[in-house]
Amino acid sequence: MLKLVASRLALGILSLLLVSAAVFAITSLLPGDAAEELLGQYATRETVEALRASLGLDQPAPLRYLHWLGGLLTGDFGRSLANNVPVAQLIGARLPNSLMLAGATAVVSVPLALAIGITAAMWRGSLYDRAVSVLTLSIVSVPEFLVATASVLVFAVHLRWLSALSAASDITSLAQFFRLFALPVATLCCVIVAQMIRLSRAAIIDQLRAPYVEMAVLKGVGPLRVVLRHALPNAIGPIANAIALSLSYLIGGVIIVETIFNYPGIAKLMVDGVSTRDLPLVQACAMIFCAGYLLLVTVADLCAILSNPRLRHP
Amino acid sequence: MTKQATGPLGLLGAADSTRLFDAMQRGANRRDVMHMLAAGGMAAATAGGILGAAQEAVAQTPRRGGRIRVAGTSTSTADTLDPAKQSLSTDYARCNMFYNGLTTLDGSLTPQPALAASWENEGAKVWTFRLRSGVEFHDGKTLTAEDVVYSLNRHKDAAVASRARSLAMPMTEIVATGPNEVRITLDTPNADLPVVLGTFHFHIIKAGTTDFTTANGTGPYRCREFQPGVRSIAQRNPNYWQEGKPYLDEVEFIGIADEQARVNALLSGDIQLCGGIDPRSVRRIQQTPGHAVFETKSGYYTDLVIRLDQNPGSNPDFVLAMKHLFDRQQMRTAILRNYGVVGNDQPIDPTNRFFFPGLPQRPFDLDRARFHFQRSGVGGTALPVVCSPAAPNSIDMAQVMQQTGQRIGLNLEVRRVPADGYWSNHWFKHPLSFGSVNPRPSADILMTLFFRSDAAWNESAWRNPQFDQLLMAARAETDEAKRRQTYADMQVMIHNESGIGIPVFQSLLDGHTTRLKGLGAIPLGGLMGYDFAQHVWLES
Repeated sequence: MLKLVASRLALGILSLLLVSAAVFAITSLLPGDAAEELLGQYATRETVEALRASLGLDQPAPLRYLHWLGGLLTGDFGRSLANNVPVAQLIGARLPNSLMLAGATAVVSVPLALAIGITAAMWRGSLYDRAVSVLTLSIVSVPEFLVATASVLVFAVHLRWLSALSAASDITSLAQFFRLFALPVATLCCVIVAQMIRLSRAAIIDQLRAPYVEMAVLKGVGPLRVVLRHALPNAIGPIANAIALSLSYLIGGVIIVETIFNYPGIAKLMVDGVSTRDLPLVQACAMIFCAGYLLLVTVADLCAILSNPRLRHP
Repeated sequence: MTKQATGPLGLLGAADSTRLFDAMQRGANRRDVMHMLAAGGMAAATAGGILGAAQEAVAQTPRRGGRIRVAGTSTSTADTLDPAKQSLSTDYARCNMFYNGLTTLDGSLTPQPALAASWENEGAKVWTFRLRSGVEFHDGKTLTAEDVVYSLNRHKDAAVASRARSLAMPMTEIVATGPNEVRITLDTPNADLPVVLGTFHFHIIKAGTTDFTTANGTGPYRCREFQPGVRSIAQRNPNYWQEGKPYLDEVEFIGIADEQARVNALLSGDIQLCGGIDPRSVRRIQQTPGHAVFETKSGYYTDLVIRLDQNPGSNPDFVLAMKHLFDRQQMRTAILRNYGVVGNDQPIDPTNRFFFPGLPQRPFDLDRARFHFQRSGVGGTALPVVCSPAAPNSIDMAQVMQQTGQRIGLNLEVRRVPADGYWSNHWFKHPLSFGSVNPRPSADILMTLFFRSDAAWNESAWRNPQFDQLLMAARAETDEAKRRQTYADMQVMIHNESGIGIPVFQSLLDGHTTRLKGLGAIPLGGLMGYDFAQHVWLES
C-alpha cells in the first residue's frame, strides 16, 4: 500500500517535469516574445532589445528553463514578465477563487449525480431511467457558453434575481454568495453532472448483472440494500475515476464560465499569460493544473483500492 | 435614447457643443451664447432650441456622492498603472482616474490647461510651461518642476520601454527653470507640443517613482486597490485641485472582454457604465427602461487599402474606380446603423478642428466607376480583397463592394482571414486589404504615422515629397489659421492621390444607466475620451 503511494508520487513528479518541459518548448514556439507583446505596435528594434535584456530574455531558452527549474526547487515561481509582480502572488490571489468555485460546484454536483445515477440504475428501463438518459444526453450536448448566456439573460437581465457578474471579493453574506455563485455553479453542473450520472449508472448496472447480486436477490435481500451494500462498493472504482476526471476539469478548464461571468479564476490567468507570452506565469499555471489532475486521479485510485478487498489484500 | 443623450446638441458638432458647454460652465450668459452661435453661422431659430437644451443640461447641478462600477473592453495581467506602459483603452481609463497630464484635450482635441496653468513658446521650438501652484500628490507631496522633468525624461530611457518613446525623443532638453517652471527644447519646431503632452502616456508622476503596484498621482481619485486582470478601485481625492470635483465617492473599474456579457451586466444592473457597444446592441439597451446609449462621433475609421506600388493599384484609374464604388450612405445605414458619418477619403473627421469642410463629397457613382475601371484595363480577373474581424466592419464593407463591383464588371473576391496575427501578417501586405485606425490626438500625429512618405504604416505606399514638406511646415506653424489652410491642402492631396478609401467614420458607443449624468464627447475615444471619472455623477 505504502509502496504503491510512493511509486505513484514518483511517477507524478516525473510527469510534472515532462509537462513543464513540454509547456516551455511549446510556448517558445509561439510567434513573438514577451518584449514584443509588451511593446505592441510601438516595438522598434532597439526598444525590444533593451526590454529583452532587462527581462532576461536574451539568454538561450534551455538556460532559461534550467534557471526556472532551479527557482522552482527553492519554492520561487519567478516574476511575471508582463507586470513584474511575483507569480506566486498572482496565483495566490486567483487560486482560492478557482478552488471556491470548484468546491461549490463539487458540493452540488457530486451528490446530485450519484443520487440520480444510482436511482436510474435501480429502476433501469423504467420511464424515469429513460427520461434521465434523454435529459443528460441533451444537457451534455449543449455548449456551456449557450447555457451560461441563456441563464444570464433569464435570471440576471429579465428576472433580476441573480448577478450577471461573479467576483469572489464582493462576498459579505451567505445570501450574496448564492446570488453571485448560483449561475456559474449551475452552468458548470450542467457540464459535469451528465457525465457523472451516465458513468455511475453504467458502473452499477454492470455490477447488478453479476452472479453475486443475483445470489443476494435470491436470498431475499431488498433492492435498496442490494444496491448500497453489495453493488455500490464494487462500483466505487469506476465511479471515483469518473468523478475525478470531472472535477479536474473544474480546476483549469472553466475558461468559458470565467469569461462570461468575469470571474477572476486561474484559467483566465493562464490565458492572459499565453497572450502576453508570460512564460513564468504559464509554467506555474500548467504545473498547478497538472498537479491537481494527478492528485485527483491518485485519490480516485486509492478509493478504488480501499473499497475493494481483492485489491486491498493482494 | 441616444437622441436624448446627445440631445438637440447633436445638431452641432461635438466640437461646437463642447465649446458651448465650456463657455456656459464658465458663466457665459444667454447673449454670449447666442453670439457664439451666430458667429458659427447657426440660424437663430435653431440656436434658441439648442440654447434651451444646453441650459437645461447645465442647470442640473452635479450631485456629490455615490459609487459606480464601470466596465472597459479588456482586462489581463498586463493591466498597468505605469503611464509609460499604457497600451489599451482600459489602461487609459484607469490611469486617468489617478493621474493628470500637463494639459488635457477638450471636445475638439484642443489642449487646455491642466497641471500646467499656462505655456508659451519661441518659434515652437523652446517651450516654457508654468505649473499650477498648490497641487498635491496623493501622498501629500506638492507638485514641483522636478516631478515633471522626471516624468517626461523617463520616456527617453530605452529600459523603461515607453510606448511614447518616439514622441519623447524630439524633446532634446527638459529642465526645471524654477520651482514651478519647466523648459522643453525640441530638435525641430512642433506647434503641437501641448497636444502631445495632453496624451495619456505623459501623465505626471512623483519624481523617482519606479514602483507601479499602486498609483501616486495628482488625479481626481486615489488608488485604493489595483489587481491586474481583476479590478481597480478608485476613491475620491478630497484634495483634488479642481474645485468641487470629482463627484463620485468611489469608482470600481473592471474589464469584460465579451460584448454580450458586457451588455448583459449593464442591463442586469451589475455595472452602471461600459464602453465598446456594438451598434447591433443599441436597440436592446434602449428598449430596457433606465438605460441609454451615448454616442461619441470620432475619427475612428476602417479603410480600404489599395497598394499603389502593386498591380492593380499602380493604375490611377483603378484607384479612382474603387473610390467611386463605395456606397457610403448604405454602409453608414446598414453596417453602422447610422452611428457614424459619411467619409470622404480624407483622414480628418468633422469633430477635429482641422477638418476641411470645403472638399467636395466624392459620390457613389457607378458610371464614373465603370468609366475608370474600363480605362484601367484590369478586366474580369478575380481580385482578392483581404478583410478580417480585426478591422471592424471590414467584412461587411468588402461584401457591399463585391456586390456593387459586379454591376460594373469588377470581380472582387472577399477573402476573410482570422483576427489573430492580422496586423503583422496581412495589414497592407496585399494589393487590396483593409486597415483600421483609432482616433489620434492631432492631425500631425495621424499624418506622420500613416501618410508621410517614409512612415512605417504608410498603408498604400503613397509617396509625395510636397506632402512631406507641408507636414513639416504645418508642424512648425503656430498661427492656427495658417495651419488650418495647410492641413486643408494636405487633406485634398490625400483625397485625390493616396490609395486609401475611407467610406465612413465610426462613432464610439457607451452604454449607461440613465441615472448617470455628465457624460460628454471627447473624440479621443469612448467613455468621454477615457476621462469619464472626473466628469460624471449619479442622480439621486
